[in-house]
Amino acid sequence: MSTATRDRARLPPHELLAVAGQGLRTRKLRAALSALGIAIGIGAMVAVVGVSSSAQANLIAEIDSLGTNLLTVSPGQDDFGNTTNLPTTAVPMIGAMRDVEGDAPIYQLSQNIYRTAFVPTEETGGIGVEATSDNLPKVVSTSMASGHFLNSVSNRYPEVVLGSAAAATLQIPTANGNILVDIGNQLFAVVGILKPVAIDSSLNPEAFISLPVAERLFALAPDAAEIYVVSDQNTVNYVSNLLPPTADPADPSGVSTSRPSSVLQARAAAQGQFTTLLLGLGAVALLVGAIGIANIMVISVLERRGEIGLRRALGATRRHVTIQFLAESALLATIGGAVGLVIGAGATEIYAASRSEPFIVPLYAIIAAPAAGLLIGALSGVYPAMKAARLSPTEALRA
Amino acid sequence: MSVSLSHVDKLYPGDVAALRNVSVEIARGEQVAVVGPSGSGKTTMLTVLGTLERPSTGEVSVEGLNLSEASDLDLAGLRAHRIGFVFQAFHLQESMSVLDNVANGMLYMGVAQKDRRAAARQALDRVGLSHRVDFRPKQLSGGERQRVAIARALAKRPAIVLADEPTGNLDSKSGGEILELLHQISDDGATLVLITHDERIAASFPRRLQMHDGELIGDHRG
Repeated sequence: MSTATRDRARLPPHELLAVAGQGLRTRKLRAALSALGIAIGIGAMVAVVGVSSSAQANLIAEIDSLGTNLLTVSPGQDDFGNTTNLPTTAVPMIGAMRDVEGDAPIYQLSQNIYRTAFVPTEETGGIGVEATSDNLPKVVSTSMASGHFLNSVSNRYPEVVLGSAAAATLQIPTANGNILVDIGNQLFAVVGILKPVAIDSSLNPEAFISLPVAERLFALAPDAAEIYVVSDQNTVNYVSNLLPPTADPADPSGVSTSRPSSVLQARAAAQGQFTTLLLGLGAVALLVGAIGIANIMVISVLERRGEIGLRRALGATRRHVTIQFLAESALLATIGGAVGLVIGAGATEIYAASRSEPFIVPLYAIIAAPAAGLLIGALSGVYPAMKAARLSPTEALRA
Repeated sequence: MSVSLSHVDKLYPGDVAALRNVSVEIARGEQVAVVGPSGSGKTTMLTVLGTLERPSTGEVSVEGLNLSEASDLDLAGLRAHRIGFVFQAFHLQESMSVLDNVANGMLYMGVAQKDRRAAARQALDRVGLSHRVDFRPKQLSGGERQRVAIARALAKRPAIVLADEPTGNLDSKSGGEILELLHQISDDGATLVLITHDERIAASFPRRLQMHDGELIGDHRG
């Protein structure tokens, strides 16, 4: 064999990348427009993931700040499906449990609350009146929006504290004791308004009065409608299991317990489900972008027959031509993916800032965005690249 | 021997015979014009000599490499290292400078860019375009563009230069200069095969191959 056979045609990877980049630079506007298709698809997906992660992180932070150690005890159902009553001993028994750090019972009253005595009785505004102990805000991790909660004075005088939704319904923005409302034809001074209770929103449309006043003025049922229990963080499950037999040793099955934080966790999970749906829509946008790139590359191959012929004449193998066009397509879509990441992250930042939520774009999205671009580009480049490689050099040079 | 064809046929789909039973030998450093009317098989002859196409039947050997036995990779390697092409349509890339167009002639040789550019500068100097290195092809005249294309073929110091109607797009003055340049290059030892339909151009070559309907009908020397 002569020396000729030892001469190999070579194109090192860095040269290949330069050739691919050169190919894109030659048609800047077209390259930019086709990359935009991928950028929008990936941007939409990153934004969906980012926004949902930010919202979830916010919710999880909220759950963490509220604590996952709040439990509620309420009457359950007996074997015949009738609602049971908690025994009157339930509250002291639970309060005496070793791992219970605090408890606040809720007693339901049949009275309604009105802005004045002249309001028609049927216009209750959906506000319930309940008697409770003075540690309720602490137990349910909330604080006062205005005024103060029930205290020793409230145990002797008719004072009421409104939940956030109840205050809004009654159109009482602030509480200073000067505003009087009507409960069971008795005037009560509004001494406080609670902030919204995030962990259990059922407390928001309620009005709270003290137990002694409720016992004195109204026929208070002796059994608690609900008991909020804060357990030691490490023994939540243990306490949760012990609550029914403690509340009602005679019939533990008639006692229902729940953990409000799990409702919020379920909501966080539900948001995740919604994200999947939106991601599906983003994937459709990406598919359209991929077809756009394939289309542009096919046109590019037809237009660049002369260049392909020249490259073959200069020593490019079919493989070099295939790889060059694949690399161009992949480079184009990877740039699209990277731009999409910036767009998506920007949209997430704007969303998060507008809602005072933490700005989070998950690490997997940061890696996946350009990687998805690379993959899409490579896939949509396969057909045009093969078409380019199959072109007869003679035909190509005649173009 | 630089190139040899023995009983070569080249058929295209539809039984179109572009070459029929062509046998010819071209020695190293020879300057040969292939002349004939349109459709006589001149360009096919050039693509076979340039290893861009294999013959349908017969034997072709280029720089010691038998086309029937060589792999695509071997043929690409031969083109990359030892064959320089010059086309009628120049095939220059507008997005690149003149220097990089010439340096790109050595792209597939595995030579570093720095060395390619150095060789390109030398080649441009040789074709008298050292003052145009940073220009874009569209800023040059037709004659200058063809000089750039010649420099691209030269930069790698090829054993064979294959030129397909290199003066076809040029006025007679520029065409004459280009021919002179090609002869000069060939004087350094490279084999030169030039395709033309112009008998006057062919007359300036010491050897002329006459083609007609895919057949070699004449081989004139002197």
